[in-house]
Amino acid sequence: MNRTVASPVPPAILAGYAPQPGVADELFDANGAMRPVWAPFIAQLAGLSPEDIAARFARGEQYLRDAGVYFRLYSGGPAQEREWPLSHVPVLIADAEWDAICAGLTQRAELLERVMADLYGPGHLVRDGHLPAELVAQNPQWLRPLVGVVPRSGHWLHHLAFEIGRSPDGSFFVLGDRAQAPSGSGFALENRMATTRIFSDPFPRANVRRLAGFFRAFREAMEDQAGPGRRMAILTPGPNNDTYYEHTYIARYLGLTLLEGEDLILRDGQAMVRTVRGLEPLGLLWRRIDSDFADPLELNENSHIGTPGLLEALRQGTLGLVNALGSGVVETRAMLAFLPRICESLLGETLQLPNIATWWCGQPTERAFVQANAERMLISPAMDHALPFSVGAGTALGTLPDRLARDGARLVGQEAVTLSTTPAWSEGRLVPRPMTIRVFAARTRDGWTFMPGGYARIGKSDDAMALAMQAGGSVADVWVVAPRPVAPDSLVTPGTFERSPPGILPSRAADNLYWLGRYVERTEGAIRMLRAWHLRLAETGDADEPHMAHLATHLASLDLTPDLPIPPALAGMIGAARFAASKVRDRFSPDGWGALNDLARTAEKLAAKVTHGDDAAQALSILLRKISGFSGLVHENMYHFAGWRFLSLGRAQERADNMLMLLETFADPEAAAGALQIAIEVGDSVMTHQRRYRFGPSRDTTMDLLLLDAHNPRAVLYQIDQMRHHVSRLPPTEPGGRMSALERALLTLDTDLRVAAPADMDSVALAGLRNRLAGVSDLLSASYLR
Amino acid sequence: MRYDIRLSIEYTYQAASDHVRNILRLQPVSGPRQRVTASLLTIEPLPDERRDGVDFFGNPTTSVAWHRPIDQITFQLRASAERLAQGEEVDLSPALSDLVDDLALQTDLWPGSPQHFLGASPRIGHDAAITAFTQAAIAGAATTRGAVEALGRAIHAEMTYDADATDVMTPPEVAFAERHGVCQDFAQIMIGGLRALGIPASYVSGFLRTLPPPGQPRLEGVDAMHAWVGAWCGAAHGWVEYDPTNAQWAGEDYITVAVGRDYSDAAPVRGAIRTAGGQDSSQAVDVIPLD
Repeated sequence: MNRTVASPVPPAILAGYAPQPGVADELFDANGAMRPVWAPFIAQLAGLSPEDIAARFARGEQYLRDAGVYFRLYSGGPAQEREWPLSHVPVLIADAEWDAICAGLTQRAELLERVMADLYGPGHLVRDGHLPAELVAQNPQWLRPLVGVVPRSGHWLHHLAFEIGRSPDGSFFVLGDRAQAPSGSGFALENRMATTRIFSDPFPRANVRRLAGFFRAFREAMEDQAGPGRRMAILTPGPNNDTYYEHTYIARYLGLTLLEGEDLILRDGQAMVRTVRGLEPLGLLWRRIDSDFADPLELNENSHIGTPGLLEALRQGTLGLVNALGSGVVETRAMLAFLPRICESLLGETLQLPNIATWWCGQPTERAFVQANAERMLISPAMDHALPFSVGAGTALGTLPDRLARDGARLVGQEAVTLSTTPAWSEGRLVPRPMTIRVFAARTRDGWTFMPGGYARIGKSDDAMALAMQAGGSVADVWVVAPRPVAPDSLVTPGTFERSPPGILPSRAADNLYWLGRYVERTEGAIRMLRAWHLRLAETGDADEPHMAHLATHLASLDLTPDLPIPPALAGMIGAARFAASKVRDRFSPDGWGALNDLARTAEKLAAKVTHGDDAAQALSILLRKISGFSGLVHENMYHFAGWRFLSLGRAQERADNMLMLLETFADPEAAAGALQIAIEVGDSVMTHQRRYRFGPSRDTTMDLLLLDAHNPRAVLYQIDQMRHHVSRLPPTEPGGRMSALERALLTLDTDLRVAAPADMDSVALAGLRNRLAGVSDLLSASYLR
Repeated sequence: MRYDIRLSIEYTYQAASDHVRNILRLQPVSGPRQRVTASLLTIEPLPDERRDGVDFFGNPTTSVAWHRPIDQITFQLRASAERLAQGEEVDLSPALSDLVDDLALQTDLWPGSPQHFLGASPRIGHDAAITAFTQAAIAGAATTRGAVEALGRAIHAEMTYDADATDVMTPPEVAFAERHGVCQDFAQIMIGGLRALGIPASYVSGFLRTLPPPGQPRLEGVDAMHAWVGAWCGAAHGWVEYDPTNAQWAGEDYITVAVGRDYSDAAPVRGAIRTAGGQDSSQAVDVIPLD
């Protein structure tokens, strides 16, 4: 292939590409010459037809959709999921320049570690006047209960991110540090996967440094910290967090268990996971929840996402944490004003990579300076820790003489910086857009290591303030380009075969899977029942006809009165299933999640337009096929881990209960003639009934087929059989192979149904069975789901 | 003055909990103003875990946990303590406007540092109404200590003691808006006011002598653990303690148990429980002078 360097005539895609004066650009240097690292990439892009480019971009977007990558948009209303806003053109940086950045950031990481060790240790920085006392004492991120607690690993910081930008003179500087619970490293991987599908050609991609090595090193470092053979997990605030997708993604990618605070319990200073097997000790938590929320007993008493007593595990050194609790304090904006001098004091070095010039207005000289230069300052809360250019950073431009004088200690001035621009694709050509790069660092046994690229934020317009994703900004891959091809890399060493140790199933996850099974089955039952009503309405045209009335009464008892052809309660059931599923998204495929969302969307769409009768019946048939699609994906494709058994138990439990309810109503001796047909139809057993019995349905044949048949997958006995089978494969709860209360309850139910004659099954017997079934659910809960 | 202290706190849960974990701050310790000669904390039923510790501010803590279903817990304390008599107090505190200079020299974050008690704390934020009330109340006070006393008296005069108006979660601004509350509310309102003035202020929980000396009125807040306010009056004068519920300096009738930025730091019982139902609690205190 011809390695063209910048051609004298710019290609069409660069027509009109004009960086603003006084702004550095990633593609062109200060003299207007294309930076050599870009040349092969631009040459390749310029050689593609507009159709080819469009097809490639679509491929990248398709990947992200298929993988289910999303972030959550915070808004006034309910939180919304948004597709990942990928900017298709990566940012290219020469590896020599990148290595220089990383050298500077290594120093910075070490500096932040030393600051943590001091603020949670001897406190020299404040005592010696390097940091104002009030910036620490009044800092909500400085957590007093952690003072004097030395982490198990001996280090406070293990995973950091730095937001960096290029200033007009071409050098890089730090905009802010992320130490609390840095997000984005998982998204960086997805950026890379998507971008690789767009620019799939072996060259110039062959020269781009790979990302997997970073994660391999980080996982090994976490294993060291956890201790040999001890479990590691990610602690997430839950599905409502804006980066929950990333938590599930990293958990899957690195083989970590995804936990919420309530999954953990402390036993004598050891953090344990509540699993279906009982309590399992935990060695390390990569926490994605803010420190203050981690322990309601000693930190924020209003936290519902923490684990009471967690601090005890930290004091006793039984649990490793990435990062130590309280690490948010080094993100404080005012800290940037003091870090340069602290670096000189603690490390005896000047900062290799400057940070954004910052002045704390609690000091008279600095306050006067900010006042005098207010027109080129961003003035914002001193204790804030949002990055510059993020929504809600509380940044206000301009002069505030009153506030500065009155409230200076709560404010900082920061130089209003200009960011460099990088090419982004817009309407068939490249345009310059402001950007910042996020650099991820991990502590390993050989020191700090950095993810080579992966994540840049790109502005929506020329305005740097539009950089935030929440404000419509996008995210691009960053390619660190070497002069020659780079060896491929992946998370595993090629050619090795090693089975992972068996995973654990937290009780909460099992509970959600169980309820997912129940809600999906409940929804299916409701759809069948509604369809039966609409089909009869289409036949008879008379809603007051006795069968119809009977059906309607039963529907009403399920809160499904068909005043509207598809009653809102159905959407409620689907919503409940979706909610349960949302909490265990790390445990089934994106396809399953997609099928459930498709069902919800379709139901909503159909509910808005169908009319009573045949139209609604057809719509309900569509929904029935969709829900069968979900069940098929789950039951055909899901590996038969314990989690699958709880899902199946939920389905069997609900199906048995639905059937008993159905029989109570439609096999009632008082029921109108023809009610039995409805039971058989809703029980999806019309054909079987015709084959198995010589005469039309009687109460006895109905009971025989729908209650007492071990081979009819709709019958109650069949469900009990299934449940016994699944329970026999769950972890035992009794010592010495003795039968548990749950097994006993199921066995007696099973036996009673097997020896029962259809004629014995009167309404009292049916009600009794329902009660005993509810008892089974309670026993299951008490044994495994709490 | 020496005291025999008896405290009993009982919790009952409607549904048996499967897990309870508490941090207790119930035991007084010796300090510059008091001596504790004996202290015994008994917990029923016997907890599965019990561990003693000291928190950031130096308060003794007891962490307890039960890993089995329980529906009732009793904490019982018996202690003997002596509150040391204070000499006649001479006001060495600076004018309020000069306090900031004293503060600037306090650059050590040791637990007693006034720096911890200046900013917003978990339960006490800035409230415009309390600030305005405070400004009016301290007009004319010549010194920092004078301002503390003026604000304490004003809160006592403004507020009505009412055990049913608020609960343990009520924020100070709500109690102040209602002008009703108990010692916790009085103390937290005063702390918010003092901090608005730039006076470091702490929340103090402890015991108050049950029956007054002959001829004096019975005090408010003797039926349960009590709370009052610490205020830092400059480097020379140091910390003073004032009880806004009874409009008096916390003298010989008071035994300190815990100090913090607000109730959340010094709560007698902080807990987490896994249970389906609600809970009830009751408290009984006897503080009997022995001299």
